[in-house]
Amino acid sequence: MSAPLLEVDGVTRVYSSGGLLTRRRVVAVEGVDLRLDEGKPEIVTVIGESGSGKTTLARMILNMVSPSAGAIRFRGTDLSAVRGTAARLAFMRQVQPIFQNPFEAFNPMKRVDRYLFATARHMAGLAAPADIEAAADRALRDVGLSLTEVRRRYPHELSGGQLQRVAIARALVSRPALLVADEPVSMIDASLRASIVNLLRGLCVRTGVSIIYITHDLATAYSVSDRIMIMRLGKVVESGPVRTVLDDPQHEYSRLLKSSVLSPEVPSNGAFFHA
Amino acid sequence: MNAPVLEVSGLRAYYRTSAFGIRREVRAVDDVDLRIEAGEIYGLAGESSCGKTTLIKTIANAIQPPLEVLAGSVVFNFRDRRIDMHGASREELRDIRWKRLSYIMQGSMNVLNPVRRVRHAFVDFAFRHIGRSKAEFLDLVRAHLRRLHLEPDVLDAYPHQLSGGMRQRVTIALATVCRPEFIIADEPTTALDVVVQKGVLAMIHAVQRELGSSVIFVTHDMAVHANLTDRLGIMYGGRLVEEGRTADVFRRPRHPYTAHLIASLPRLGDAAPKEGLTGAPPNLADPPAGCRFHPRCPLASDICRREAPPMTELAAGHRAACFHSDRVSPP
Repeated sequence: MSAPLLEVDGVTRVYSSGGLLTRRRVVAVEGVDLRLDEGKPEIVTVIGESGSGKTTLARMILNMVSPSAGAIRFRGTDLSAVRGTAARLAFMRQVQPIFQNPFEAFNPMKRVDRYLFATARHMAGLAAPADIEAAADRALRDVGLSLTEVRRRYPHELSGGQLQRVAIARALVSRPALLVADEPVSMIDASLRASIVNLLRGLCVRTGVSIIYITHDLATAYSVSDRIMIMRLGKVVESGPVRTVLDDPQHEYSRLLKSSVLSPEVPSNGAFFHA
Repeated sequence: MNAPVLEVSGLRAYYRTSAFGIRREVRAVDDVDLRIEAGEIYGLAGESSCGKTTLIKTIANAIQPPLEVLAGSVVFNFRDRRIDMHGASREELRDIRWKRLSYIMQGSMNVLNPVRRVRHAFVDFAFRHIGRSKAEFLDLVRAHLRRLHLEPDVLDAYPHQLSGGMRQRVTIALATVCRPEFIIADEPTTALDVVVQKGVLAMIHAVQRELGSSVIFVTHDMAVHANLTDRLGIMYGGRLVEEGRTADVFRRPRHPYTAHLIASLPRLGDAAPKEGLTGAPPNLADPPAGCRFHPRCPLASDICRREAPPMTELAAGHRAACFHSDRVSPP
């Protein structure tokens, strides 16, 4: 058995709000387990409705939020032991996020190439300008762009699809082992979604990076991922290889989720809602 | 045959700005013709920045500078009167808004005032149009909510106490409480997840059938169009490029952009990789000459680069603007 890359071990996260007497507890994530292995790159989809805890789980894996119970280990190191600037940078070099809305992720007043250069300098530890540019260019080529197209551009000069590619390239600069993509296509037009999803698949195969893909779109999950985890109200209700789970869902909620996906074909007996 | 409820002809609406002596003109809606019949759901599809929202704004006469209408007309034939939206007086417009022409918005959280109970939204939007006493009006609203299978208790809730799906249902109830003849729905389900989306679409369909209203339904999600709309118009770069009965458009698209939109949809049970469209959407401040789709089109030839293809009827009720519509491969 190969060494684990990421181990999520019975993780729970509770948020509490309110004062001393009116305290309310919200269990966002409850008892979630997940394991990814070293040397076996794969795409794991985490799917669920709004409020199912998918984003909280992603934030815990990125070490932005700490679990209330349970532990997350990355290459054997417990994330709660990642303290101090050097250790945090070393961790961030290996685990990188991709966010939902590229227009919010980038500062509109700042040229996008600066993000790539800053990541190369701080995360990949490069100093020579030529090395920094080479690293940025290589990452951009991995996503089907190049530095000449992106140099000195502001976010508004790029389309949503291009900007999301730059966001993915930025995450790749430090050659991470794991990407956590939180709804990377939900803000992008349907016609461009396919290309971003294909890109994630291609990156996983070509560069050997594992990807945790968070979404509420079952159809893209089916076409892109190897494994799937269906979450509801903070708990995993069903998980396994994507074909097995989606071809024959066992849990009631998984069935509901599958039956709610609208097929992009006009039903033969007239439109679905007309019946 | 009755006159169509909505007739849009030769509509051209541009955003025009002039700052520091630099004039800019964004051709968001260019020569759009469309008709919507009584009692139908007309779908409008297209990617971001193709002019869908601008078209809707001009139809509703919600025009604010720098948006200007340069040419064309928008005429509504309501049951008892005909209104030219751009020629009507303020009083006439005030009279038809919400009562005959209403609007379901995308961001329900932004529509409902977060510090006031939902009841106040109904009063603000609909009270003056119904013209009854306050108590009678609220009874009417409660009856309407029950018809839509919503608990009348939602009237006393604050927006944050309701889930996203519930809030969207409340905005649908709000848009339909005056029994309008025409409803504009601008991406009403885009922010919702699939399970909730299905319920909301079913509700829009049910209320449309009950009131017999016409709906123009805007979304870029082709799967929603396939399952909900009667007819479908596809917009690209500010122009309508294809229009027809939804089933016909899906079975045999006549414009390469439509064919691509349909082919790129991921399907459950099909893991074959889908092709995304290469290139970027056209810059409407400086659109490409000829057909606006030609830089991204696999079928483009010389004529496409020189001339803009006209909208041509290719089969009964099925129009497209493409010189090579016979070469578009069916999905």
